[in-house]
Amino acid sequence: MTSITGHSEADAGPSGDMAATGRVGDRIFSALATGSGVFVVTLIGLVAAFLLAQAVPSLMDNKASFLTSREWQVSAGDLRFGIADLLWVTVISSVIAMAIAVPVAIGVALFLTQYAPRRLARPFASLIDLLAAVPSIVYGIWGYFVLRDFVQPVQSFVESALGWFPLFAPLTVSGTIFLASIVLAIMILPIITAISREVFDQTPAAHKEAALALGATRWEMVRTAVLPFGKPGVISASMLGLGRALGETIAVTLLLSVTRGTFSWSAFAGGETFASRIANGSAEFDTPLKTGAYIAAGLVLFLLTFAVNAVARIVIERRKAFSE
Amino acid sequence: MKLTLPGRVAGLSLVAALALTACGSDNTTGDSTSSAAASGGTALSGTLNGEGSSAQKNAIGEVISGYQSANPGVTVNYNATGSGAGIKQFLAGQVDFAGSDSALKSEEKDGVVETEAAKTRCGGNDAWNLPLVAGPIAVTYNLPGVDKLVLTPSVASQMFLGKITKWNDPKIAALNSGVTLPATDIKVFYRADESGTTENFTKYLNGSAPADWAAEPAKVWPGTTGEGRPQTDGVAQGVKSTEGGLSYMEWSAAKDNQLGVAQIDNGAGAVALTGETAGKAVAAAAPAGEGNDLKLKLDYAVKDAGTYPIVLVTYEVVCSKGLAADKTALVKSFLTYFASPDTQKGLEEIGYAPLPEDVRGKVVTAINAIS
Repeated sequence: MTSITGHSEADAGPSGDMAATGRVGDRIFSALATGSGVFVVTLIGLVAAFLLAQAVPSLMDNKASFLTSREWQVSAGDLRFGIADLLWVTVISSVIAMAIAVPVAIGVALFLTQYAPRRLARPFASLIDLLAAVPSIVYGIWGYFVLRDFVQPVQSFVESALGWFPLFAPLTVSGTIFLASIVLAIMILPIITAISREVFDQTPAAHKEAALALGATRWEMVRTAVLPFGKPGVISASMLGLGRALGETIAVTLLLSVTRGTFSWSAFAGGETFASRIANGSAEFDTPLKTGAYIAAGLVLFLLTFAVNAVARIVIERRKAFSE
Repeated sequence: MKLTLPGRVAGLSLVAALALTACGSDNTTGDSTSSAAASGGTALSGTLNGEGSSAQKNAIGEVISGYQSANPGVTVNYNATGSGAGIKQFLAGQVDFAGSDSALKSEEKDGVVETEAAKTRCGGNDAWNLPLVAGPIAVTYNLPGVDKLVLTPSVASQMFLGKITKWNDPKIAALNSGVTLPATDIKVFYRADESGTTENFTKYLNGSAPADWAAEPAKVWPGTTGEGRPQTDGVAQGVKSTEGGLSYMEWSAAKDNQLGVAQIDNGAGAVALTGETAGKAVAAAAPAGEGNDLKLKLDYAVKDAGTYPIVLVTYEVVCSKGLAADKTALVKSFLTYFASPDTQKGLEEIGYAPLPEDVRGKVVTAINAIS
């Protein structure tokens, strides 16, 4: 069994040789490793504490319901702010981005690992990785100036065909959630592709050969051997991508048109995500209470991303239990 | 602004001359720097830090580069983080001057009275608001074939609020006889971020057409029609790429993007936006401060012929006294250069209005009185 799942003796667990633990190098290394771990945890804790400390005074002063209100009145006078529409726009834009990016990324990863000749796979893979190297502000500008003209016809088509469905209700803003989602999808594609490729590559040759030997076609082999093996990896890759999409700031700020005072469930509306609202407001953080309101929104984004990652962990753990 | 050599020399001699007069009126401080400035103009050295309004970012950027080539020893930094942030940094003593779209407030806001806090920051002396940059706000549109468009504040308000939705609405047509207006939808673009431009434009609409524009002036756009785009570039690109687009923005952005700029009829006939017509609005503004505090109160409903009424004035907020001697010399020298006629004239090329002569004169007097 161990040889099939790719484990070797060296991975089997802590070695029984305790003699090494007393050496100086070992102690330094273990201290460094523990230190880094503790440092990261402390850092996250401090970030959370900072967000809370800044947000609480504003939340206490808030006259509107923070979770259900769509108002955002944070300058002078009464504080009235809520995050309902921010939450919706953030989630729906990321979900649409995922719906586009995940299937494409899986397709690309399968092509690279199962179909493409080795000679081609390498350069092609690094090409995909290059997508991750494009700065997000460039994505934002490109999306609004170039991609928009190509997305517009698609949008009009969907609007005319499915306009009765609230998610596709026709609206007339230039920077739509849909456009932002497509750009987000391109932005998270490399990370999902890279990790999926890695896990698909790890599929034990014995599994694949067994499937082929039983008369499976290549697609059947992929379906029965590669995909089940790679599932946890793909899920965690997707969650990493989702985390990035939720928090993406500058590209979304440049792409999304703000539609103040109006709200629509449509993906063809404008809107603001947590991150873009904070970016739009950041130039005028002139009072602590106002800043606190934006930080409260940031806190929700922090918790949302945290929750997404936690769910991903749970899913992966479950899957692992079944697959072994 | 590209400073020609004669321009530089003129600016330099002005600095030197003023430094000399400063020397005459004040014998205790700045003696060495001013005499050195008079002899060569290169002896001033040090760093001057400012922060604040992004509406004057381009203007002050030009001024700084001109000033620094005339005074190679001096470094001037200006961080365009927004008026509120600039004032906060100034009050905290982090920067030597603040750039702001509005003068220091004398009423309490969030537990701080800005003028009082500024007094503390300046060692018990008043801080002055010096108007140095006048930036006209253009009402821009995108209608191919329509080169001239006249709007009144009332009609503009209704368009920005979505009460007039078509470009060929009779109310617009009535102001533009002889112009063929298309039946295109009016697509409003506004600033998604908080901005002094929005604040001043809403001040104008509220001040000149209160019946149509009831919303209080604010940095956040109060309308619910149209779409918000980030920053000046965002709204400019929105209008540029959308037929039927309508927005408001700094004149420089309208120029850069070659957008149509509407003429404004405040009641005394249509006025096209030029440096001169906008300057007249600044000249017509009532002084709201005392002595050398040159806070201005713009009259948005101004009906003088040939006055373009939508103007944003940004101030440099400085200590009248109480800065270290070397900083004081730098502030005076920099502001003097800023207020010089050549510098102000150069600003027109990049979309600002030069200060009218009498306001400029008052500013120069105030700068000379800084000690």
